[in-house]
Amino acid sequence: MMFVPGNNPGMIKDAGIYGADSIMFDLEDSVAITEKDAARFLVFQALKTLHYGKKEIVVRINDLNSGMGIQDLEAIVRAGVHVVRLPKTDSAEDVVFCEKEIERIEKAAGIPIGTTGMMAAIESANGVLNAKEIAHASDRLIGIALGAEDYVTDLKTTRSDGVELLFARCMILNAARSAGIDALDTVYSDVNNEQGFIEEATLIKKLGFDGKSVINPRQIDPLHKVFMPSEKDLEKARAIMAAIAEANAKGSGVASLNGKMIDKPVVLRAQRMLDLAEVSQITEVEEV
Amino acid sequence: MTDIKSIYASIPHIDEISQHGAFDGTKEKRMGTFVERSATQNKVVESLEEAIRRSGLKDGMTISFHHHFRNGDNVVNLVVGKLAEMGFRNLTMAASSLSGVHAPLIEHIKSGVITHIETSGLRGELAEQISRGLMDFPVVFRSHGGRGAAIESGDVPIDVAFLGAPSCDPYGNANGYSREEDQSISCGSLGYARPDAKYADKVVILTNNLVKFPNSPYAIPSSNVDYVVLTDNIGDPKGIMSGATRFTTNPKELLIAKTAADVIHASGYLYDGFSMQMGSGGASLATARYIRQMMIEEGLQCRFALGGITGQIVSMHEEGLIDRILDVQSFDLDAAESLKRNRFHQQIDACYYASYLHESAVNQLDFVVLSALEIDVAFNINVLTGSDGVIRGAIGGHPDTADGASLSVVVAPLTRGRIPSIVQKVNTIVTPGSTVDVIVTDQGVAVHPDRPDVEVKFREAGIPLFTIQELKERAESIVGKPDPIRYKEKIVGVVMYRNNTVIDVVRQIEEDE
Amino acid sequence: MKLVKTGTAGTMESNDIMVTLEPKETGGVQVALSSSVMQQFGRQIEAVIRETLTELGVAHAVVDAVDKGALDCTVRARVNAAAYRAADDQKYDWGTK
Repeated sequence: MMFVPGNNPGMIKDAGIYGADSIMFDLEDSVAITEKDAARFLVFQALKTLHYGKKEIVVRINDLNSGMGIQDLEAIVRAGVHVVRLPKTDSAEDVVFCEKEIERIEKAAGIPIGTTGMMAAIESANGVLNAKEIAHASDRLIGIALGAEDYVTDLKTTRSDGVELLFARCMILNAARSAGIDALDTVYSDVNNEQGFIEEATLIKKLGFDGKSVINPRQIDPLHKVFMPSEKDLEKARAIMAAIAEANAKGSGVASLNGKMIDKPVVLRAQRMLDLAEVSQITEVEEV
Repeated sequence: MTDIKSIYASIPHIDEISQHGAFDGTKEKRMGTFVERSATQNKVVESLEEAIRRSGLKDGMTISFHHHFRNGDNVVNLVVGKLAEMGFRNLTMAASSLSGVHAPLIEHIKSGVITHIETSGLRGELAEQISRGLMDFPVVFRSHGGRGAAIESGDVPIDVAFLGAPSCDPYGNANGYSREEDQSISCGSLGYARPDAKYADKVVILTNNLVKFPNSPYAIPSSNVDYVVLTDNIGDPKGIMSGATRFTTNPKELLIAKTAADVIHASGYLYDGFSMQMGSGGASLATARYIRQMMIEEGLQCRFALGGITGQIVSMHEEGLIDRILDVQSFDLDAAESLKRNRFHQQIDACYYASYLHESAVNQLDFVVLSALEIDVAFNINVLTGSDGVIRGAIGGHPDTADGASLSVVVAPLTRGRIPSIVQKVNTIVTPGSTVDVIVTDQGVAVHPDRPDVEVKFREAGIPLFTIQELKERAESIVGKPDPIRYKEKIVGVVMYRNNTVIDVVRQIEEDE
Repeated sequence: MKLVKTGTAGTMESNDIMVTLEPKETGGVQVALSSSVMQQFGRQIEAVIRETLTELGVAHAVVDAVDKGALDCTVRARVNAAAYRAADDQKYDWGTK
């Protein structure tokens, strides 16, 4: 997921070219308080006009308590955003409140209820402790994410080698898995430290995260390399999916590969791996 | 001993033997030390005015200049200012290139001192005014190789060459740097000045740094030089050369560079012993960095790197990845320093580099990475006029290298701001599409239809390919369809292809109000 | 929409357009546009500015626009932001869809 400042027309225009799986236009921290309205208009127009292919489009709105957050929702839900990213989520109530607002706007705009997805960013100690309730709070949630900058301030510490985030990462990951949604890691701000970025990406992949936010296109390639499954794993995944397809064609509920029955989790994992490979562009890229 | 004068006329076939008459005694023996002689009997003249007078320059003649001092050059303005003062008129200025610093020429054009211009490119206010119809006679644009060829073949005869040199001895051995203690100005190679020195009727070297004979190594030998003028200001070192060319962090340029490197890798032209040329633009430099990584990973060696040389190429040479450097123009201080330091970093002249008249070095290139202002659906390239039709660039070695190299790769962002780089028809054809093999943009790659051999390889490597038409449409879908540029009838520039045939013209732009 | 004061939106960065709107009582919309891509897109940019103001119900205004290669969607966004600012209005109308 690539962060794109919401008031920068040049970056919005080029956001699609870097191979990020999803693009997040930011109306929150990257936009000065006096430019919130201008950024909102810009993202609104961009969502309605520009084409980003198959990429998932996310908008990070302002805090709903600030009043600006509701205005953000009014604009971007109508513009057809795929996913609303809710900042500073401390509790399940925050999610429910946001969901109700989205539903109201969908109704008013004649958009089928439930079209707009949600993602909750957890950025405080309270949020981390409530991670499970947050993850289960709405069917619209496709994932929860860690926002580390505010979180470490809340903990009265600073970003270092990652040990300070271990508990939060594990909480968020387990909460996401318990709700069956994605877990996304926080940004790595030192764009020039590629080695440090790769180390952090490797760590969160080991933990089990589904992805990581990036603040610069230069981080996308290294991230994909870390998350890219090996060709051997891909072969196996393709064989599993072929066996499933064959079983379905025969109308058989049970598929097997090399004499072993294929369990549902195995299928899910194979499918995920193939999806990941597609976005990492190691299989052939289709022509547009 | 026979009295040669008495029998001279009776020598059989004397009229058919190449000779200048009977021996008539020698000059008076010189007995001073060579140091004394260097100080008194030499080619140094007291002033520029005196050199001009002695050169025999007349109204209507052709004078020439090199552009190794880039935007720091003071030689053109100094000399033309003096010529104006001395009352010369109707001169042809045959420069290897002109840049923004040469805006004072506008006044000399208006007053009739300069009536014809030949150059590789124009920039800044001079370019703007010429695009608006300043000159009656169209500017003739030549590539570096095309200019070299035109000079060596006599198509463009030069009467007097005024060549700035950061070091020169009293007899005219001149160079772009000095092995003597550092004298602050250095431009590295003098490759574009050397054909002028060799073929001009008279050659005047302007230097701020008169060194002891012999100034070796030299780019221009004293045998080519008639007069030497010492002057304090040949140029501003800051404009002549910046330090190392900075490596880009622009993500779009990096994306283009990575794709270009992947394209070259897949093409089969990156093999052990290959040859290459890289431009100095951000994407070209970054491509060199990705190529370097591939070379290290696969244990490949580059036989030679050609053309305008940057610190990037130098560092690859110094770490043993590139055997030889052929340097026609040093782009940065690192390249200039390397020319001094590295024996296999060789200075070459424009004819050796890219003349079409012989097997010049560009013909030995495996691949070249070039940039472009505009590319059209026939793969024609424009690097000379902006999207608004105003002259703001230089041909450089673009058509020479595209023609010479086995694989010419042109890199460009699909759009610049709101301007599409890929268009139906370029404003000005500089490099014909038939010599362009691959276009690399940030949003896809297009291969010339005449190169199915490399296209197959790109497909196998999984490089996303589009037709050039598809890239054009993609650009238009982002920025919209631009209104065509409006031109007047008047032709303000003629673009010559490298073999001295006319390939296109530049017209005066039409403006509102 | 009624403009009550001068409203500006946008920046002088490339790909952006800086739009300044001044209220006027009569005389329609006057556009003074300068653009880095005047020849190729000046006509289209002015058309988008006028169209956007019409949609907003602004009949009279002086528009000063300095364009650095903005796309149409950016022009629309900046005109909207400048107009709402000039009208001192925060009741944004995002349309039905």
